[in-house]
Amino acid sequence: MPSLNDYLVLSALLFAIGAGGVFMRRNLITILLSIEIMLNAVNLTFVAFGRALGTADGQIIVFFVMTVAAAEAAVGLAIVIALFRHRESLNPDTFKALKW
Amino acid sequence: MSFLLPPYPVIFGQIAMFLVVLLGLVHAAAGMVWVERKEAARMQQRVGPTRVGPFGLLQPFADVLKLMFKENLKPGAADTLLFYLAPLVCATTAFAAFSVVPIGPATTLLGLLDEPMKLQVADVNVAVLVVFAIASMGVYGIVLAGWASNSKYSLLGGLRSSAQMISYELSYGMSLVGVLILANSMSLTEIVDAQGASLLGIPHARWYIFLQPLGFLIFLTAGIAETNRAPFDFPEAEQELVAGYHTEYSSMTFALFFLAEYINMVTVSAVATDLFLGGWYFPFVPPSWGIGWLIFLAKVGALLFFYVWIRWTLPRYRYDQLMTFGWKILLPASVINLIATAAGVLYFGL
Amino acid sequence: MTLFYLFAALAVVSSLLVIAQRNPIYSVLLLIASFGALSGLYVLLEAPFAAVIQIIVYAGAIMVLFLFVVMLLNAPQEDTEYDVRVHPLMRPGPLKFGAALAVLLAVELVWALSSAPPASAFGPLPEITVTTIGRTLFTTYAFPFEVTSLLILVAMVGAVLMARREEHSGERGKR
Repeated sequence: MPSLNDYLVLSALLFAIGAGGVFMRRNLITILLSIEIMLNAVNLTFVAFGRALGTADGQIIVFFVMTVAAAEAAVGLAIVIALFRHRESLNPDTFKALKW
Repeated sequence: MSFLLPPYPVIFGQIAMFLVVLLGLVHAAAGMVWVERKEAARMQQRVGPTRVGPFGLLQPFADVLKLMFKENLKPGAADTLLFYLAPLVCATTAFAAFSVVPIGPATTLLGLLDEPMKLQVADVNVAVLVVFAIASMGVYGIVLAGWASNSKYSLLGGLRSSAQMISYELSYGMSLVGVLILANSMSLTEIVDAQGASLLGIPHARWYIFLQPLGFLIFLTAGIAETNRAPFDFPEAEQELVAGYHTEYSSMTFALFFLAEYINMVTVSAVATDLFLGGWYFPFVPPSWGIGWLIFLAKVGALLFFYVWIRWTLPRYRYDQLMTFGWKILLPASVINLIATAAGVLYFGL
Repeated sequence: MTLFYLFAALAVVSSLLVIAQRNPIYSVLLLIASFGALSGLYVLLEAPFAAVIQIIVYAGAIMVLFLFVVMLLNAPQEDTEYDVRVHPLMRPGPLKFGAALAVLLAVELVWALSSAPPASAFGPLPEITVTTIGRTLFTTYAFPFEVTSLLILVAMVGAVLMARREEHSGERGKR
């Protein structure tokens, strides 16, 4: 049986992958996807701890994280669409002028 | 987790059940094609297929044979992997969604088995959510088909489909929450059993359609939109988009989309029967007669006929009308239905 | 046991491929595969409710939204100031630094966790049904729940406002 540590190690790996995606990629959509990877890594930690402690709290936090992720995706993608309309680009380096 | 095998009769029973559901769905789809063509013809004062077999009954099989022998075409600029993945996703999710739907009460097959066998492939205690989850995966097949074909008609069909699915999934899910509250369960078997009541020993109908008429209407409407049937068949609106997401598909890849559409209809009808129409219960028919599955099939058949009837009666909506209807009428109505049901359970103990 | 490693490998490999892909469509699809694997892990952790909403909410709604936007923008390739064929280690400074940082983070987290005292296998679990989750959600967590609903409302208004095309020729509010 895998123990709590196994799940935490997996979660740490996923989180690092997501963080790496945010650092390395130069495409707004991929960056948003990497943020989703990180959020999911955190979710896994919550569920694993919830299982270890034998409470429902872990799954409830997952519920909240998912809600926040949905809100984040909606607003983030709306911003991406607005930015793309202005500059025809998804590269975050295009948008460093702090004005339109 | 233990992997102890259950006794042999149970294993054989489950394999048999699996085959029954698989073949049943394929043949239900074939049958629906025939019913649809015959009924369309009748409503348009034509005769419909008559040549192949008696009353044209073998027409669907002739159609499948024809499709099999056609050449499989792929647009040159298409994304090969996704182009072939898309129909597979569509068909797989369509079959998989039915796996948790019970089609009758537990039976011993006229005393053949020692203990009763459940008439469903898998009994899950969150079955309603599982159906919902798998059905929500089906949209990827359509969206990917639209994108991978690299054709403007397909792309528009795929885009419309994803917008439509997201919009109607909300009402679809909200409408059945009322039933979940009333039955206090998420298992389809338990929900059906909660609808079988008897008065003075005579079974009568305590179907949720009577307690949730609005919920049933919303579920059916959103179900039609989810399965991309007329009057909500925007992903394939043939007058505007040629054939929408499957414009570029031919041969068996097209057949898979076709199959998936009809199987999805069967699944939605079966779920609606379980949730709202009392599954295998019928007034004045005690469960001991053992014809529960026949009653279930009859109800599903009636709903499927309703689908065909709707398709050939109503014209297609306009796209903005579809969105307005989904967000401004269907969703508020389902929220009101949910609140009213919750209040009814809380204050009147329905 | 084997199932854990199967799902874990699937999650890690597909997540790696998500950030390695050039084409956002494939990234989105691989992320869905990764979510499927995570959902399997939730089942192994005896959290079927979390597993199912993972599929419904994440794979069924959020990812469809991503796919929709990728298809709408139809900008498959990443445009960068450097040549995409340049080896990752030869790219501009911040990217190299980011990569190093991510690897460092992974190494550090894994090292810290593996040097921790080995946890025993999970004990028996008191039954957590959807009813339990619902009751806890609407009693203990009632306030966070209300705040979240407010957040959703704000996000909805913000998204509509942001994505609305500014049309100067009178006809506002369509779409």
